Amino acid sequence: MFSRAYKAAVTLPPLLWVTVFLLMPYLLMFCYSFWSVSASQTIEHSWNLDNYGQLLRVNVYWQTLLRSMWIAARVTLFSLLLGYPLAYFLSFYAGRKKDLLYQLVIIPLWVSYLVRAYAWKTILGSDGVLNTLLQYVHLTKHPLEFLLYSPFAVVLTLTHIYTPFAFLPIYAALEHIPRNLVEASHDLGATPGQTFWKVIFPLSIPGVVAGATFAFVLSLGDFLAPLLLGGPSGIMISNIVVSLFGAAYNWPLGAAISFCMLLLVVGLLFFSEKLEKKWSFS
Amino acid sequence: MTTSEIAVTMTAAADTVGREPLLSIRNVAKSFGKNAVLRDISLDVAEGEFLTILGESGSGKTTLLRIIAGFETATAGEVWMGEERLDRQPPYRRRVNTVFQHYALFPHLTVEQNVAYGLRVAKRPEAEIASRVREALDKVKMSAHAKSKPSKISGGQQQRIALARALVNRPRLLLLDEPLSALDANLRRQMQVELKSLQREVGISFIFVTHDQEEAMVMSDRIALLRSGELEQVATPREIYGRPATAYAAQFIGHTNLLKAEVRGGAVRCAPLTWHAALPDGPALFSLRPENIHLAAGNTAAAGSVRIRGRVRHQAFHGATELIRVECGDGLVLVVRTPGSGGALNDVELEFSPSDAVLVRESPERI
Repeated sequence: MFSRAYKAAVTLPPLLWVTVFLLMPYLLMFCYSFWSVSASQTIEHSWNLDNYGQLLRVNVYWQTLLRSMWIAARVTLFSLLLGYPLAYFLSFYAGRKKDLLYQLVIIPLWVSYLVRAYAWKTILGSDGVLNTLLQYVHLTKHPLEFLLYSPFAVVLTLTHIYTPFAFLPIYAALEHIPRNLVEASHDLGATPGQTFWKVIFPLSIPGVVAGATFAFVLSLGDFLAPLLLGGPSGIMISNIVVSLFGAAYNWPLGAAISFCMLLLVVGLLFFSEKLEKKWSFS
Repeated sequence: MTTSEIAVTMTAAADTVGREPLLSIRNVAKSFGKNAVLRDISLDVAEGEFLTILGESGSGKTTLLRIIAGFETATAGEVWMGEERLDRQPPYRRRVNTVFQHYALFPHLTVEQNVAYGLRVAKRPEAEIASRVREALDKVKMSAHAKSKPSKISGGQQQRIALARALVNRPRLLLLDEPLSALDANLRRQMQVELKSLQREVGISFIFVTHDQEEAMVMSDRIALLRSGELEQVATPREIYGRPATAYAAQFIGHTNLLKAEVRGGAVRCAPLTWHAALPDGPALFSLRPENIHLAAGNTAAAGSVRIRGRVRHQAFHGATELIRVECGDGLVLVVRTPGSGGALNDVELEFSPSDAVLVRESPERI
């Protein structure tokens, strides 16, 4: 159909792009993770597994990784709990307002991440909107300290930021369900509740898996929300990587942690793809 | 289609005369916004009857079916099933099941689970579900595919599963929305026969929606002909074919010659034809089926029959019969169905009995 030259001309640029800007940096990072830093702050190209050993030995690293996963898991859960009903309502009950509401869900994505994170800072701070309100109505005497600079603030902000990412694939999956299946279910005597659990939900699982993957992977690697709102207790693994590549000047260790995260994410994507395949029937 | 090709049983419809109807549609109307889709539909369906709602696309037949099933709400009118007002109930409370046009099988469930669905949501005991599902699958000859997913079986097989899934619930009324339209011609004819005998066997009332007049003739006890949201005629296939009430009914079901005539003093004039009929003066419209016009034999016409000479303009061979178009002068063209003539025809003399010319109402344009 197409000539060889044409095919090459079309495939080569993206291939080059991926090689130069993705594969090579990864390869470089992979190499770095086996090198070390000398006392004089130079990188020594001597191959060893010390960095990976340190990762397992030093508590702060693997504990932060676990905490990051725990934060990401909560963000995922809350994003699904918010995103699913929203998608369900929009897809099945919004009627003519569907398109408008859909845009409203998407609009926050146009706003800079930083603005949204700072907005939460204004809301959650000790003299922020929320604390002022709580004191004004005499629910508390003193500002609540746990609201800001805590894992709570990080989970809240990340949930706000990543809910649209969970929403989108769920919405797409729900829109994909032929409406005559819903009618068939009602026709066979199933109540709306039974229809939801026996037909609609099972058929939306691929969307839920994709949405959960987005929310988890994106929030696992997030470093701005913990930086701005996390405080010492809300630090995540990416903050450690940032400081290792920055002030601490230990690129090899940073590379080793990054590589572990990459493995984790790739494994997760692989697993979620399997799950999606298992639950798709078109 | 000749009358002999129309295999119809009128007995079932005749049986039901005087009995309480199973389903009663009373003055149902439906509009979407300003667009009136159904206007003042009243129709009864008897117990065990095979009723076909026949109409072109856009005639409102599917909307009527969806009102009975509960997927649409009528703008006006009522639907009753015995003593029970149906149109106030959600679809899942109605003892009515539907076979959908594109089957609507649940893709994530096996064939067996699809069939069991209705019984399972009704929380029947598992042992009962198992035996009824087995029975239903046997009835549609699909037991071998019980564990398959719907995507792994053919269209005709999916059709049977959709049927089994509905029938296993033992509804009092089964609605079928063009269930055969997605099948190829051969399979379609085979399924028509199967569906009809299955309906006889289970004795459930069927309301069958189709746009295919031949399918309607072959399968139905009665046909309700719908046109632009109004019922044109409700009758047995024989009646509707032999005694069409309107010009539209005559043309939609089978071929016909529509004769625009003028009655004066008991004489019907449709130049160049004239015959006698006891009708009031004024314009009249007649339907004359092609097979009721014969090539005249012998020199004298049979008592009371009408003869006319004409020139054959077109001759089409259809196997058992031939359709010929005959120009009779004064702009009158008659389509005639004859048994194979064995050769080309030129000048012919035609003969028909005035009793075969059925007076029909005009079918005015509707929007």
